Amino acid sequence: MPERASGWDRASDPEKDPALIPDPATTEVPPELRKRIEDAMTLYPERHSAAIPALHAAQELHGWCSPEAIEQVACVMRVTPAYLDSVASFYDMLEKRPVGKHSVYVCTNISCSLRGADALLAMVREHADDDADFNVRSFECLGACDIAPMASVDGVYVGPLEPSDVPQLLDDARAGRPVLPQKQLATRLVADPNANSQEFPAHAPEEARR
Amino acid sequence: MTDMLLFKDIDEPGLKTLAVYEARGGYDSLRKALALTPAQVLEQLEASGLRGRGGAGFQMGKKVSFLPQGSMEKYLVCNADESEPGTFKDRELLQKNPHVLIEGIAIAAYAAGTDRSFIYIRGEYVLQADVLDAALAEAREAGYIGERVLDSDHSLTLVVHRGAGAYICGEETALLDSLEGKRGNPRLKPPFPANQGLYQGPTLINNVETLSTVPSIIALGGEQYAKIGVETSTGTKLVSVSGHVQKPGNYEIELGIPSREIIYGLAGGPPEGREIKCWFPGGSSAPVLTPDDLDVPYDFDSVAKAGSMLGSGAIIVVDDSTPIVDLALKVAKFYRHESCGKCTPCREGTNWTVKMLERIDSGEATPMDLDIMASVQEHIIGNCLCVLGDAMAMPIGSMIAKFREEFEEHIEQARVRQELAAHA
Repeated sequence: MPERASGWDRASDPEKDPALIPDPATTEVPPELRKRIEDAMTLYPERHSAAIPALHAAQELHGWCSPEAIEQVACVMRVTPAYLDSVASFYDMLEKRPVGKHSVYVCTNISCSLRGADALLAMVREHADDDADFNVRSFECLGACDIAPMASVDGVYVGPLEPSDVPQLLDDARAGRPVLPQKQLATRLVADPNANSQEFPAHAPEEARR
Repeated sequence: MTDMLLFKDIDEPGLKTLAVYEARGGYDSLRKALALTPAQVLEQLEASGLRGRGGAGFQMGKKVSFLPQGSMEKYLVCNADESEPGTFKDRELLQKNPHVLIEGIAIAAYAAGTDRSFIYIRGEYVLQADVLDAALAEAREAGYIGERVLDSDHSLTLVVHRGAGAYICGEETALLDSLEGKRGNPRLKPPFPANQGLYQGPTLINNVETLSTVPSIIALGGEQYAKIGVETSTGTKLVSVSGHVQKPGNYEIELGIPSREIIYGLAGGPPEGREIKCWFPGGSSAPVLTPDDLDVPYDFDSVAKAGSMLGSGAIIVVDDSTPIVDLALKVAKFYRHESCGKCTPCREGTNWTVKMLERIDSGEATPMDLDIMASVQEHIIGNCLCVLGDAMAMPIGSMIAKFREEFEEHIEQARVRQELAAHA
């Protein structure tokens, strides 16, 4: 694991009192992050509802839910860091450790594994595990079994994938290009032959997000 | 085949924009509904017989009628946390026709007397959430969502809330906890969400497909809608077919057609030279059925009578190239990973089931372990706050019951293999 930020592997100190709601006077929060969290809080009758959107925003900025990121969110939301830690540690998409900036989630649930997801994951790991820019994970059903086996690359769904697609996929992600444009879910027409009364063109592929 | 209701020209370019949706008659149903009283709209929903498309199959109209009357703070929540393995129908709707969902929410909120609504969409659906956000902005601009909808006395706010990756958040009370900004742990029921849901207020929770069907019901009239399908399962249903079929994908079917017609007719059946070994009729939580059950009509009650459930309408086909032990292990591992850990039978039961299945594979098991494993499943069912544990116990239990011989063979082969290796 590359060294990106410190703190994630530090054990908590049971002798210390639990951290309180951070003091706004001494906690620096980047203005754009503060704004996103405050905007999110206004959407709900109860500000705690903004926890996930706020942690998402902090993760986008910091790369992961680092102690510093959690501290900043806690300061704006006026909650304890421990509360946000409990939330962040529950959800698969909130990272509690530093990770590579390009995420590759390979679906290995039933429908994908029936169609070769395990070989695909092995191939991705072989090519990207040593690359600090990538966060490769096997993921539970991503809801795209029609393009099995598939992966979500920086949030863009692509499939059906052959192991031989992997080098191109990683290159596209690295360069910030649309990932495998021909294989993107966004371009796919519905399977039902009776759904469309005429021929429609495929939709455009997605731009890479990061 | 009756006309398509949800998938009609779903790939028409620009359908996700308000202009094209309106040109096709979009939001006419909302106008029609607002001209009626909320009670009259509810009557239409009840007459339609529409059953929830998320998994439980509860009658939608009845669910709305359970909400208390009066002017307290009530909520409508759309469950777009589609995460049942094998299910991807809501994704197609969200991505290609977001306005039909927004219109359905507006009508249902009017019937239920709520003025605050939320869509909880799974965090992995980035494209779909972006499409939804754009559509919602257009709908607000046009006055379909917001203060005094279309100059009526009805107001509605709608917020798209993105989750962060947790299967359990598809369970309605876990979803509510997650929406309140907590860990997604299910709640004890009762109280049911209709009485105490989001922020302790009465809450109506419905699936994307259910709410997307509402505009069609208002357009056709509840009684006319009820003529589609069969008596206790009315209407059309989106079915996601995946696994070992030649044409995996989403299909809109009239409820009650033979399952064979979906698996072979629409999805092309298993690959050349292969036979179906088993199939899940309603996502990985449904007990498996065998090729003998292929003529079961695909509707809620018929599938239940065959010993399984229609669930979310996700058919996963498994052909004879897959060892049943591998399949069981895949299923069990998924539920172990997704168990929130709150209830002991589920937390421990999913874990032990995985361990026992791994023992089978490594040659350390005996046929007696199958009985222990089956009893573990029985001890999970009905003993937890939510049905996540049941959702593993039911398919695993059915696999042991229906493929016991293959399990025993696998145990014996692995044992012999291990012994030979020990003596080598």
